[in-house]
Amino acid sequence: MAQKTKEQSKEAMASVEILIGRILQGGVFISAAILALGLLLFLINQSGGYPAGQHPQTILTILSGVVAFKPFAIMMLGLFCLILTPVLRVVVSIYAFAKEHDTQYVVITTIVLIILVISFVIGYF
Amino acid sequence: MIATALLLILVGLFAGVAGAILGLGGGIIITPVLTLAMGLDIKYAIGASIIAVIATSSGSTVAYLRDEVLNLRIAMFLEIATTVGAIFGALLTGILNPAYLYVLFGLLLLFSCWNMIRKLRMGTELNETVKADKIAEKLNLNGSYFDKAELKTVDYNVKNVPGGFSVMFGAGLASGLLGIGSGAFKVMAMDTVMHMPLKPSSATSNLMMGVTAAASATVYFFNGSILPQIAVPLALGILVGAVIGSRVMQVLPARVIRMIFVPVIFYIGLQMLFKGFGVNI
Repeated sequence: MAQKTKEQSKEAMASVEILIGRILQGGVFISAAILALGLLLFLINQSGGYPAGQHPQTILTILSGVVAFKPFAIMMLGLFCLILTPVLRVVVSIYAFAKEHDTQYVVITTIVLIILVISFVIGYF
Repeated sequence: MIATALLLILVGLFAGVAGAILGLGGGIIITPVLTLAMGLDIKYAIGASIIAVIATSSGSTVAYLRDEVLNLRIAMFLEIATTVGAIFGALLTGILNPAYLYVLFGLLLLFSCWNMIRKLRMGTELNETVKADKIAEKLNLNGSYFDKAELKTVDYNVKNVPGGFSVMFGAGLASGLLGIGSGAFKVMAMDTVMHMPLKPSSATSNLMMGVTAAASATVYFFNGSILPQIAVPLALGILVGAVIGSRVMQVLPARVIRMIFVPVIFYIGLQMLFKGFGVNI
């Protein structure tokens, strides 16, 4: 009986891991798709959509550039999504440890996430 | 324009394969290509290599739906040391003299190189028995993985957790202060200090590198050091390369990976040592 529940929890764990794997693959795939689209537009237009030597650097100019379908803005959006993929990795790891009822590691991974958020804030300002 | 993009994709592909196999960021390949061959300003080269590190890390994490080689607990536990170290490093810029650090870290890498050669000569790749220390057991850091080269499950213990934690802090400090890829130190902390097998060390380093780089990437992103026309084709090449590289890594014998590792570490160590004395090679 005990053997069976252990087996079941192992199976449940495997399905959690597969779900996490799919989320991560989705995140990376979306970033790659945006990057590829931006690069393709850049090569077709032969221009980034901005004056020479310039590219959008703030969230606002990137978003308004994406709406205007400017290649550099789309490329920067893709890069930003790519930068977020390791953060996504940390977030889903917290979920995985919670599913395993591993409180110790839920705490440790949450600390990592908090440090990351702090460094993001430092980076932005 | 198309030729440049294609060249960058190819460089990325190569850097991604190599980075994913060794658990390094690929900065050692990308920075010289960008600065020496393409004449790019070092500021933009650093911005591009930060993106390269993240692409290597993310590409190799998604190569498998369930990555059974990397050790997620070790990664997250040691990540605390690295990220805190990175923030300290960034804050200490201008206070600490980087020359001493270059010498110190260069010597550490050369020591690690010598240690790896010794391991190669003794031929103790997987049959090394390590007595787990109390902290490793308490933190549940010991693990196992299926080695696709040996076709068997390898159970392993780790030891000297405080030592590994300290080296990881140093790795973070180095990446925050000197802006250099700390992948080499991460593999060293796990392989040399904690006596973890090479493949999980490399895979775990790969995951950690991405998280550490993400922590400093926003600074570069918002100060304009990341040029989209350079970073995007590189990142695309690397993503594909890293997927290939992490699949290759799993079937390569650990001994072969170590043989590739030794000259790379030796080169990085020597380069840092010389830099500490003001010589750029």
